[in-house]
Amino acid sequence: MVHLDNYETIIGLEVHAQLLTRSKMFCGCQADYQDAPPNTRVCPLCMGMPGTLPVANRAAIECVMTTALALHCELPLHTRFDRKNYFYPDLMKGYQISQYEAPIGRNGWLDIEVAGAVKRIGVTRVHLEEDVAKAFHMDGYSLIDMNRSGMPLMETVSEPDLRSPEEARDYLIRLRNLLRYLGVSTGNMEEGSFRCDANISLRPINASGFGAKIEVKNMNSFRSVYRALKYEQERQAEILSNGGTLRQETRGWQDDVGVTILQRTKEFAEDYRYFPEPDVPPLVLTPLWVEEVKARMPELPEVRRSRFVSELQMSPQDATILVSSRAMSDFFEECVARSSISQARTVANWLLGDVSHLINADGVEICDCPLTPDGIAEFIDLIDRGTLGGPAAKTVVEHMYRTGKSPSAIIEEMDLGQISGSDAILDAVRQVIQENPKAVTDYRAGKAQSITFLTGQVMRLTRGRANPALTRDMLERELRF
Amino acid sequence: MAGDQLHQLRLHEARRLLESHELSARDLTEACLARLDSVEPYVKAMISVCAEEALQQASAADRMRAAGKAKPLTGIPFIAKDLLCTRGVRTTCGSRMLENFVPPHNATVIDRLLEQGSVLIGKTNMDEFAMGSSTEHSAFYPSCNPWNLDCVPGGSSGGSAAGLAAGEALFALGTDTGGSIRQPASFCGVVGMKPTYGRVSRYGAVAFASSLDQIGPLTRDIQDCAVVMNVIAGQCEKDSTSAPIEVPDYTAFLGRGVQGLRIGVPQEYFVEGLQPDVRRTIEDAIHELENMGATIRRDISLPSTKYALAAYYIIAPSEASANLARFDGVRYGFSRQLATTEESVLATRGEGFGAEVKRRIMLGTHALSSGYYDAYYVKALKVRHIIREEFRQAFEQCDLLAMPTSPTVAFPIGSKIHDLMQMYLSDILTIPANIAGIPALSLPCGFAHGLPVGLQLMASSFREDLLLQVGHAFQQASEWHLKQPLL
Repeated sequence: MVHLDNYETIIGLEVHAQLLTRSKMFCGCQADYQDAPPNTRVCPLCMGMPGTLPVANRAAIECVMTTALALHCELPLHTRFDRKNYFYPDLMKGYQISQYEAPIGRNGWLDIEVAGAVKRIGVTRVHLEEDVAKAFHMDGYSLIDMNRSGMPLMETVSEPDLRSPEEARDYLIRLRNLLRYLGVSTGNMEEGSFRCDANISLRPINASGFGAKIEVKNMNSFRSVYRALKYEQERQAEILSNGGTLRQETRGWQDDVGVTILQRTKEFAEDYRYFPEPDVPPLVLTPLWVEEVKARMPELPEVRRSRFVSELQMSPQDATILVSSRAMSDFFEECVARSSISQARTVANWLLGDVSHLINADGVEICDCPLTPDGIAEFIDLIDRGTLGGPAAKTVVEHMYRTGKSPSAIIEEMDLGQISGSDAILDAVRQVIQENPKAVTDYRAGKAQSITFLTGQVMRLTRGRANPALTRDMLERELRF
Repeated sequence: MAGDQLHQLRLHEARRLLESHELSARDLTEACLARLDSVEPYVKAMISVCAEEALQQASAADRMRAAGKAKPLTGIPFIAKDLLCTRGVRTTCGSRMLENFVPPHNATVIDRLLEQGSVLIGKTNMDEFAMGSSTEHSAFYPSCNPWNLDCVPGGSSGGSAAGLAAGEALFALGTDTGGSIRQPASFCGVVGMKPTYGRVSRYGAVAFASSLDQIGPLTRDIQDCAVVMNVIAGQCEKDSTSAPIEVPDYTAFLGRGVQGLRIGVPQEYFVEGLQPDVRRTIEDAIHELENMGATIRRDISLPSTKYALAAYYIIAPSEASANLARFDGVRYGFSRQLATTEESVLATRGEGFGAEVKRRIMLGTHALSSGYYDAYYVKALKVRHIIREEFRQAFEQCDLLAMPTSPTVAFPIGSKIHDLMQMYLSDILTIPANIAGIPALSLPCGFAHGLPVGLQLMASSFREDLLLQVGHAFQQASEWHLKQPLL
C-alpha cells in the first residue's frame, strides 16, 4: 500500500443515463421496454430499415436541457446531432445519432463532499444520443433484442477532477440522485438505465500532465465502480513503482473475480468519422425555450438542502439524506406544511427512521405507499400531545404504512393509547417488582442499569402503552422502599 | 381512342376520360400492362411488375369513382423507382444487397398516391443505390432508351424515364440526388422535376445522400407534372427535413405565360463538352421563350459552378458511406455468414455491393476520416455555401435560369462505363441545383442526333410554380412534348 502514496489518482467519469420519456429518441415506439418481450418495442426505424427517417423527441431534448441547467452548464443557441460511424451488430444503422461538436450542455459542474468540505467537479459536456440494441452472445451464435435500440440516452462527461475512488463514487451517487430528482432518469444501475465508464490514470505526486489513461468498463453497480477503481489504482501503482509503463487501453471489470482485464489497446484508435446528421435539422435552443424548461424545473437538491438546514433547523446530515430522494423530500415538506416548523425535526426523525426502514424493506418510494402527509402530521401531533408514545408509536406507524388508516383509528382499534394514568402504571410496576426479585436486588446493590430492564418489563406488560418517563419515575420511587 | 393507344395518353387526358366514364381504370391499367408486356423485353425498364396487385388497385379505383370519391389521380397507372419503399413489394435499389428485400413500410409519396387510388404497375430499374447516370450500374441489367435501344436512358432513374417514354405507365416517380430525374427525363424526352429540398417527403426513399436526395415526378408534359406535384408535395411528420410551407395548387400557374419574367442564361452552364447540336437546340428554346415575351438576361454569372461537381463528389459519397452502413447482412437483405461477425460483414458487403457503390463508400469513408475531414468535407460544405449564395444573388436579378439539362444526348450503352470521369461529367449541369437545394425542371425542347434534348429551368427555393408556369408556356408554343418514340 505504501506505493500508492507516491501517486496522485486522476479519474474522469462518463455516465450514460436512459431518459424517462414516453417514446424512443427518433421514433414513436414505447420507451417502457424493460419488461417487454424481446423485439416487441420496435418499428422499421429503430430496426434500421432502409428508407426510414429519424424525428427527434422533444421531451428527450428537454430532459437534457434540464440536466444541463441543473449542472450549471452553458447551453449554446445552436446545437445539432452528428453521426458516429462504426460497425457492430447491436447498432442497427451502422451509425449512432449522437452529438459531437455542439452538445446541448457544456462547461458545468457538480459539487461533491470530500472530508466535510465541498469540492467542485467540472462537467465537460452533457449530450443526447440514441441507445443501441442488446446483443446476447450464445454458444456459436448471437441473439439481438432491438427493444433498447433507439432509446434516448444522455451522456454526461466529467472533467478529470476526481482524485480517488471515494470521490468518484460520491460524484456518481450525487449525479444519480440529481437525475432522479429532476425526473429525467430512473438512475437504475442494475437494470442498465444508468451506466458508468471510468477513465483512470496515475501520476507521481506534484507532477503535471497526465499518465496513460485506462478506460474501465462493465461496472454494474456503485459498489463495482468503487471496487474497480480501487483495483485499478493498486494495479497501476504496482506497475509504475516497479518501473513499468502503462499504455492507453480499455479494460473490463470482472465483478465476480474482482479484477479488470484487457479488452483492447488503443494503438489503433477508432475513427468514428463524425459528421453532421443530415436527417435531423439543427436545433436552436432559443432563450424562450430555455426559460420555459427552467421554469418547469424543480428546486434543486442542493438549494433545498440548504433551506432545510437554515429554515427548518435540520442537521446537515439529515437534510442531505432527505433531499437525496425527491419523493421523500416532497413528502417531508408536505408533512411540515401540515404541522409546524418546530415539529420538522420530529417529522424527519420518523421519516428517516421507521418509515424509511419500512419502504426500503419493500423497495418502494414513499409516494407509492399508503402513507399520507395528513396521516403523518396527525401522528406527530398525537406524539406531541402525549397520546402516543414509544413502542406503541412504532406499531401505529407500521399499521399506517400497511393499511393507510389514520393514526387515531389505529390507536382506537388496537387500544394503543398511552397510559399516563398513574394507577394503571403503578399496578404494572408493582407486579414487575414482585416477579423480578433478582433485578430488584441488583438495583438496590447499585447496578443502575437494572432499571432499564425493569422498565422494559413494564412496557411488555402494558403492550408498550405505558408512558416511559412516568414508568421510570414510579419504578425508582417503589424501589426506594 | 383505340385500346392499343391508351398507354400513350397523358395523365390529364386520361383523367378527363375517367371522369367522363369513357374509360375505366381497369381498362387503362390493362392497356399499360399489355404495352409493358410487348415493349419490356426491349426497354428493360422494370425490376418488378405487380400486375395482379395493379389490377386489384384499378378495380378499387373504379369502385372509388363509382362511389363518388374519385380524386385527381384515381385510377392512373404509375411506376416507381425501385428505391421507394413499397409495403409487400420488394424494393431492391438495383442492388444484389436488397434483391429479396420486402419492406414493411410504404414511402410517404407511395402512400399519398395509393390513397388517391393511383395504380402501381411496378418498380423501375436504376443504377445501384442511385449511384450512376445510365442504369448501367444496375446489379441486374441496363435499361435501354426507347428512342434508340442501343443508348442508355440516363440515370439513375433511367427505368422510370424509359418506362414512361415507352408507354408502360402514365407517370413515374424518380429520385434526384445530382440529376437522377432530370438527366434521364432529358435523355428519354419526358418532363422531370427535382423539387426544392424539403418540398416532398423523403420518408421511404432509401437514402443515398440525405442532404441532396429529393423525390420527384417524371411525366409526359408539364400539366401532368403539376397534378402529380399537387399530390406528393407537402410537409410530412415522418421527415423532419420536409418544409412546413403550404403547397399551392400548381395547376393554377399554368397558362400564365412568360410575359414580364426575367430568365437568366448563365454562361457557366455552356461548358466545354457541350455537344454543339445540344447547344443549338437549347439556344433555339431560349430564343422561343424570348419571342414569347420573356426577358433573357445573359449577364447572370454563377462563377463557382465549376466547383459544384467536386463538392458533390465529397458530400454525396460521405453521406452515402454512412447511409449504406446498415446493410450488414444481420437483419435483412443479402447475407454471408462466416465464422466471425467481422468476416461476415466484410463478405456480405464485399459481395452484395457492386463496384460503383463500393467506390463511393470508399470515397466517402476516406473524406470523413480524421485528418481529412477538414480538407474534404468541411471544405465541400464551404463550397456548398458559396454556391447557394451565388444562386441567391442570381435570383435577385432574374426569376429563373435556363440551361441544358445534360451536355450530351443519350450516349451508347457501354460507351462511358469504363471512363467514369466522363460518366460523372454527365451530371455537371444538374448537380448545382442539388447542392443549392433549389427546384429544377427538365422538359423536352427538341432533338439532336435523333435523340431528345432537355431544357433545364431552375428557380429559387419553393418556386416550383415558376418552373411549371414557364415550362407550360413553352409547351404551348412547341410540340416536342407530344413526340413519342417509335417502338
